[in-house]
Amino acid sequence: MMKKWLIMLLTVVLGLLGLAGCSDSDKASGDAKDGKVEITYGFWDKKQVSAIEEIIKLFNEKYPNIKVKTELTPYGQYFQKLETAATGGALPDVLWMNGAHVVQYAEGKVILPLSDMAKKDNYSLDNYSKSLIDLYTVDGKVYGIPKDYDTTGLWYNKKIFDDAGVPYPDDTWDWNKLKEVAKQLTNKEKGIWGYAALMGNQGGYYDFIWQNGGHIISKDGKSVGFDQPEAIEALKYNISFIKEGLSPTQAQMTETAASELFSSGKVAMMFDGPWMVPEYKNNPDLNVAVVPKGKKRAVAIHGLSNVIAANTKHKDAAWKFVQFLGSKEAADVYAKTGTVIPAYNGTQDAWKEAVPDLNLQAFIDGAEYSVPLPSVKNTGEIWQYETDILKKAWSEEVSVEDAVKELTKKANESLSK
Amino acid sequence: MKEIPLQAEVKAPKKFKVSSLTKTRKRSDYLWAYLMIAPTMLGLIIFYLWPIIQTFYFSFTEWGAFGQYEWTGLDNYKRMLEDTNLLKSFKNTGIYIIFTVPIGIFLSILVAVLLNQKIKGKSVYRTLYFLPVITMPAAIAMVWKWLYNSDYGLLNYLLSLIGIKGPQWVSDPKIALYSIIVVAIWSGIGYNMVIFLSGLQGIPKMYYEAAEIDGAGPIRVFFKITLPLLSPVIFFVSIMSLIGAFQVFDLIFMMIGKSSTALESTQSIVYLFYQYAFVLNDKGYAAAIAVLLLIVILIITVIQMVLQKKWVHYD
Repeated sequence: MMKKWLIMLLTVVLGLLGLAGCSDSDKASGDAKDGKVEITYGFWDKKQVSAIEEIIKLFNEKYPNIKVKTELTPYGQYFQKLETAATGGALPDVLWMNGAHVVQYAEGKVILPLSDMAKKDNYSLDNYSKSLIDLYTVDGKVYGIPKDYDTTGLWYNKKIFDDAGVPYPDDTWDWNKLKEVAKQLTNKEKGIWGYAALMGNQGGYYDFIWQNGGHIISKDGKSVGFDQPEAIEALKYNISFIKEGLSPTQAQMTETAASELFSSGKVAMMFDGPWMVPEYKNNPDLNVAVVPKGKKRAVAIHGLSNVIAANTKHKDAAWKFVQFLGSKEAADVYAKTGTVIPAYNGTQDAWKEAVPDLNLQAFIDGAEYSVPLPSVKNTGEIWQYETDILKKAWSEEVSVEDAVKELTKKANESLSK
Repeated sequence: MKEIPLQAEVKAPKKFKVSSLTKTRKRSDYLWAYLMIAPTMLGLIIFYLWPIIQTFYFSFTEWGAFGQYEWTGLDNYKRMLEDTNLLKSFKNTGIYIIFTVPIGIFLSILVAVLLNQKIKGKSVYRTLYFLPVITMPAAIAMVWKWLYNSDYGLLNYLLSLIGIKGPQWVSDPKIALYSIIVVAIWSGIGYNMVIFLSGLQGIPKMYYEAAEIDGAGPIRVFFKITLPLLSPVIFFVSIMSLIGAFQVFDLIFMMIGKSSTALESTQSIVYLFYQYAFVLNDKGYAAAIAVLLLIVILIITVIQMVLQKKWVHYD
């Protein structure tokens, strides 16, 4: 009998221990311990970890009582995780935000407006380009302090140009010239394509639509402009590269990423962003120029910002950290590591000089005539429709006209939600 | 938490031990049994049963951002009737099942029977066939994706040596699903093989000895002894593989890119569920799809249970 009771007791104790273990696992996080405050910082890019760690170190020299814990989530899962965390009120105190999601998060009241705090602390928002502040302004309130920005450049492979005896791209190029050179550089025997006509919106068909005088989302935010003649013409121009055999097909580019084809010398030119600098700089054959112009010059600009979660328990500490992340000191760290273009005005030159072999000025020039990536409440949904529907036009399954008709219908529905 | 009242109940019969010894005995036996299965039961209830109930509830709601939802009644189910994507995904899953389950079972029986013979290096072969099972599906998908690559893949390179221009295995909408089926069968053989092997070893030797004395050939022995006596195992494996095949997701997710032209002709029901729940954030409708899938699997399993009487032999 004694033995039986012992077993019983053990079971109960172990069971209770197990239950207790579940309940207080994250009670302590964020609580003040000997005057110290701990905040969490959520972001997605692994390439920036070292820069972020350095910034936190600098931050702690100034504010030794605010401990910052980093939380890295790969981009593929980042917003899925945030969505769940926001539902449960467990967002990191400070986190990265992109233009596609800011409206949804601001309207859902899960991130804090920063305008009032900025005014109170005399924190100037003039240190960042206006298009970036606009990107994070929802209903007249600023929700994010810009961190970095990116535009698009025309990356090219010098070796392929040299072999074909063609001069490198420069700022005089337009659509016709791009097509003409793509024809000259395409070499079927060597398996080289002149250009990769990517099916992507930023640094892809958005840029072309704007260059052609079209628009993505109307000013009143109620309709999309994919079915307008300017947009159709721009999409057709893109797809014509594939039709004429100057670009890998859509199927080929999904099997082998265009950036891989490009960095291994199978593609002579392609549009890509500054985030590829850390990778492309390893190949000395590659360089970058400004994107060619259409009827006018245009290139998409997008930038990330730091926002504060509404569920934070340490609003002051979080705001101090966000201010520091937006400061010149933090921007200098980013510039030095050459990962992204810092948003703080005047620090871009240092970024450019971090990789002197590449003509990184092309990306900074782009900022002058850049158009912010459109952002509405259902941006993510519209992007999904773009991918689902436009890929059929890219693979020549359906005509551009039919594709944009379907896309416009679905996107307009989601705008009216 | 649950253990505390149980403890009290055990105490109670002790006091009235004299009244009915056998009854008490029985009661405490049950008690012990329940106590022993309690951890598993708790786990099942918390992590399986409760989510199922919640999913059922959410299938009647529509979700906004950040966990807000409203009751919309049968709207999600009505919407299903017009959803061509859903129909397509059922068709894709159907094709996937029709090929992977029977071929998979056939090949695993074949391998199991062969590896049940007295051959040299038996354990090496068993290990080789079992390796895909202990490999992560994601890793398998990545490797096969490169084998299948139409421009730089090994498969098309080998075909080019004999002068054939290989197809676009994972991009051609007509072929992609079958390319996935091949990988699924290949990676599933090992697991089923092990179950069949244990089934084969459970067949008493005396039947084979009797058959030998009666002069039956190996093929006849296989069909008249091995297969009927293996039928309970085949039944078990077919139910499990069917359920598994209905829920195929990882291979498709990993091998077919999001902007692939073959996505529509390969996406399975669970893939579509994922797409609605986590990409389009349409969680209510996704829950309805999950409920539909649950019902379909339930019906098919019941049908299998009924049909088993006709072909499964329990000795």
